[in-house]
Amino acid sequence: MGGVLNEKVDRIASEFNESQQEFIVKPVYKGNYTETMTAGVAAFRAKKHPHIIQVFEVGTATMMAATRAVYPVYQLMNDAGEKFYPQKFLQAVTGYYTDSDNNMYSMPFNSSTPVLYYNKDALDKQGVSLSSSESPSWYEIEKIAKKAQEDGYECGITVGWQSWTQLENYAAVHNLEFSSLSNGFDGLDTKLDLDQEHILHHVGRLREWQKTNLFSYGGRRSDAAPKFYNAECVFYINSSASYSSVEANVKKFKFSVAPLPYYPEIEAKPKNSIIGGASLWVLRGHAPASYRGVARFFTFLTSPEIQARWHQETGYLPVTIPAYELTKEQGFYLKNPGTDTAILQMTRVTPTKNSKGLRIGNFVQIRDVINEELEAIWAGSKTASEGLKDATRRSNKLVDKFLRRNF
Amino acid sequence: MEQQTPYKHKFLPYLLVAPQLLITLVFFIWPATEALMQSFMVENTFGTASKFVWFENFSYILEDEQYLHSVQVSLVFALATTAVSMGLSLLLAVMADRVVKGAQVYQTFLIWPYAVAPAIGGILWYFMFNPSIGILAYWLKGMGYQWNHQLNGMDAMILVVIAAAWKQISYNFLFFLAGLQSIPKSLIEAAAIDGASPFKRFWDIVFPLLSPTTFFLLVVNVVYAFFDTFGIIHATTAGGPANSTAIMVYKVFNDGFVGLDYGSSAAQSVILMMLVGVFTLVQFKYVERKVQY
Repeated sequence: MGGVLNEKVDRIASEFNESQQEFIVKPVYKGNYTETMTAGVAAFRAKKHPHIIQVFEVGTATMMAATRAVYPVYQLMNDAGEKFYPQKFLQAVTGYYTDSDNNMYSMPFNSSTPVLYYNKDALDKQGVSLSSSESPSWYEIEKIAKKAQEDGYECGITVGWQSWTQLENYAAVHNLEFSSLSNGFDGLDTKLDLDQEHILHHVGRLREWQKTNLFSYGGRRSDAAPKFYNAECVFYINSSASYSSVEANVKKFKFSVAPLPYYPEIEAKPKNSIIGGASLWVLRGHAPASYRGVARFFTFLTSPEIQARWHQETGYLPVTIPAYELTKEQGFYLKNPGTDTAILQMTRVTPTKNSKGLRIGNFVQIRDVINEELEAIWAGSKTASEGLKDATRRSNKLVDKFLRRNF
Repeated sequence: MEQQTPYKHKFLPYLLVAPQLLITLVFFIWPATEALMQSFMVENTFGTASKFVWFENFSYILEDEQYLHSVQVSLVFALATTAVSMGLSLLLAVMADRVVKGAQVYQTFLIWPYAVAPAIGGILWYFMFNPSIGILAYWLKGMGYQWNHQLNGMDAMILVVIAAAWKQISYNFLFFLAGLQSIPKSLIEAAAIDGASPFKRFWDIVFPLLSPTTFFLLVVNVVYAFFDTFGIIHATTAGGPANSTAIMVYKVFNDGFVGLDYGSSAAQSVILMMLVGVFTLVQFKYVERKVQY
């Protein structure tokens, strides 16, 4: 991982190396998620691969399908005789990485979920406030954003990672099936359904809002962040892991965090949001004894102390319940209001089959397709219905292409 | 009758061309063969299984609207970049040619952008045009134009064309300047005495005499725009928005390295290789034969 996170990963590795004599973990930075995955695949093909590779959540289906390359974590822990308690992990996190028999295939490491950041000064001016644990309705957000524009703010809402925050999580929170066969969990032959009524409704509204800058698109990843930092936009939806960057960059006003907005008429009780981020996958092909070291490292990595620190310093979710409890005990959430919003949102209900996660082949490219079509919608060159229809058709073609390659 | 010179060394010639052959073999023939082989195969992500599919990869991409779109984007991008960079550099070269005092200084400054790595050049323009923080976007806003290359395909295309052309201006400038300086002054002076205006002198004498240089640069610039601009596009628009700047080379990268679909990516590389072949042919046939230096 890059930047500050790189240092934190290095620190965990060196602490592990000092904690025992037998094994040495060497962290290597290979670029962004896509680059890391590509490098890992290339290394495996050249038989020079590492034991562990960090793969982002959209690569999950690809990794799961690679049975001859991947050493499932549950099997590894068992083979190595390492004590392992999957039930101590947060269901909403591990759900993304387990098969239908509840076997964990990879080790969750940095998981986050989208939340709503807002300009507290702008809301104070209107005399309104948002709860840090209860989802506001989209109508409420719309009203506040419009009022803020009247007060002189240039735009209402901006978002990062639009497919993840506005479609995938939108579907999960409203308990909508994003893709058939339980979002791909029951089979690779899944079919996306993006032009369904309720998704159309939301995207259509955003498209209208784009015309008056009530919604302002700012790029595919987190490129929209400056719009929030500069107090151009009042609301900003992005990963909970952006917390530290938001904190570092917001200078002119007070900001705060709320759960994702929802439409009460679609789902009276909003479901859990789904994760993003990455997990650690183990690759086959090394000496059996060395995998004992991998197992040992995983135990170390998921210990409450390490996880709690990681969670508090980065804004990523604590992946285990003991780490969450420890953070609570340490009084972290009381000192830093809003930092528990993400975890409350993740755990507020038992995940349904629509909110467990997504397992779709070629998802990296599908995200690109969705980005492209959404961009065409925001730009006004397609209607919401045209864009989402095209996105569905093109995405399903990519799923077929994935099936063609996985025989 | 031609006289043959007997050459005694049998191995020396081979030894002398060996390094070049080796480089070609390792850096071109080998990867090209691999790509050719892969273009007929379908492989799973980690390469643990593969099968031979004949021309399936090719038929797949030739039916793919996105691929045909990228061909179109490449053409627009190459033509615009070539026109902008050659037009501006010709203008600059003509002006620099007339400067007497401090000519060296001008020329040196004009060559500088060529030393900037493509990705860095791209990033510079990206920042200047950034809709939120860019100075150029800010000025455009002042003039009443809402610049947004993250959303508007035309803006994005203009951005990458500017970034790509800016980098190439120095190169073109050098060649044009050299071409201008090799035109005999007496010709131009004679025309001036006959009462030809500066524009007429340029259009009727200088420009035709410059045509070998112009034609050579045309080929070089088109090749540059097609194959050498990956860094600029990757650093600025990443092919977006909605693929409006995804040129063919970018799609090879995207399908191969992001999508991990090596078969399709290889098939696209093979098509690009054939395209390079065509360009080379054009260059040999027309530039080296018909147009005299």
